[in-house]
Amino acid sequence: MVVEVRGLSVLRGGRPVLDRLDLSVGEGVTGLLGPSGCGKSTLLRSLVGVQRTHGGEVTVLGRPAGSRELRDRVGYVTQAASVYDDLTVAENLRFFARVLGVGAAEVERAVAAVDLAGHRDDVVGRLSGGQRSRVSLAVALLRTPALLVLDEPTVGLDPVLRRELWALFYRLAEDGTAVLVSSHVMDEAERCDRLLLMREGRIIADGSPAAIKERAGADDVEGAFLALVDPA
Amino acid sequence: MNPRVTLAVAVRVLTQLRRDRRTMAMLLVLPCLLIALLWWMFEETGPTTFDQVGPALLAIFPFTVMFLVTSVTTLRERSSGTLERLLAMPMGKLDFLGGYALAFGVVAAVQSVLAVALSVGLLGLEVQGPVWLLTAVAVADALLGTALGLLVSAFAGSEFQAVQFMPAVVIPQILLCGLFVPRGDLPSVLGAISDLLPLSYATDAMTHLTRSAAVGEVLRDLGVVLVVAAAGLALGAVTLRRRTP
Repeated sequence: MVVEVRGLSVLRGGRPVLDRLDLSVGEGVTGLLGPSGCGKSTLLRSLVGVQRTHGGEVTVLGRPAGSRELRDRVGYVTQAASVYDDLTVAENLRFFARVLGVGAAEVERAVAAVDLAGHRDDVVGRLSGGQRSRVSLAVALLRTPALLVLDEPTVGLDPVLRRELWALFYRLAEDGTAVLVSSHVMDEAERCDRLLLMREGRIIADGSPAAIKERAGADDVEGAFLALVDPA
Repeated sequence: MNPRVTLAVAVRVLTQLRRDRRTMAMLLVLPCLLIALLWWMFEETGPTTFDQVGPALLAIFPFTVMFLVTSVTTLRERSSGTLERLLAMPMGKLDFLGGYALAFGVVAAVQSVLAVALSVGLLGLEVQGPVWLLTAVAVADALLGTALGLLVSAFAGSEFQAVQFMPAVVIPQILLCGLFVPRGDLPSVLGAISDLLPLSYATDAMTHLTRSAAVGEVLRDLGVVLVVAAAGLALGAVTLRRRTP
């Protein structure tokens, strides 16, 4: 397993967001699906090691989450585009490439992977929301991490681009990167190898999309989610 | 610390500044304009008054400007998520702070060269000591402002709050640094407080340089400013948390 979470608890503002959560994430593309505010981001932040936790263990690639050795091997894309608005696309990527110690060829490759070659010299602040989040995604693609954690990377994107990004996630997974993608859009679930459905800080279903639908007796993941929440 | 990463941060900060022409103009031209204004104000009262306040201004501007710029930019970095992203990468906290200090140190050097050239060249400020040392003190001073700005940005929840720290942290130091009342003439309690404030040493260093060719005391004051700046950066590093609530 790439990620092992045992008994993870997180409080934010005195309220429990995650309460003794257990889960594991393996190879391939795993989707973490749930409504806004269910604790997806907090869970992802815990895996990356930037969330203060209040109990439990998070192990990534055999080491405690956030260990120094993991910082080279785990890629993380936050929900809000974490790039510099006052720099161009290429300047942003060149900066992060220097920090990571990767070359200029990787910058061009990452720009092309998110289909921003036509905007490489545009200032990020003048791009659309979807383009900005693609710049943020490109930063995570500068090197090939062993685990790539993406917090709602496809929100607000053109369906064509969304399909291309999922194809990209699968290419990365084929090359050996474990990809963990969160989304609050249920129709994205069908694209995943494996799904984790989350609600109010708990994992309510875990398995392949087909298995989850079958178990809940529903035609789609949204129906399965509803059936699991409200079994009447 | 990793020099490659530190340099990457410094280059990035300077690129951001270069793109922001208005801020760049404010950083470089505004101190010169204010110094010129002050010289003009004292024109009727005789040239000696400008000689008394000029050195203090050369110390105050880099400090104040860098304090403001750093506290706001670091806060922006905290709130935009870029700091979180960088700390999840193989980046040391000191690389981050060092990069900022380096970039703003460069800006401060340019700023003070302009301010010193104006004061000494055009406005007739008399300097007995070496002029390059005047610039060195100004750069140390800017580093002090950068260090304190980084530190307070940890305690500000918004850019609005960050700006409010200026009256709290900077103005008392300006009032007590000897600009208005010579430090020796302050009531003893205020004199003791003034001895604890780093800007007082920066102002003293500038004043010594204008009045005497001996550099011993200047170097001592410069040392105090640098030690406080280093302590501020170290404390700032403690406030940069990889894990946040």
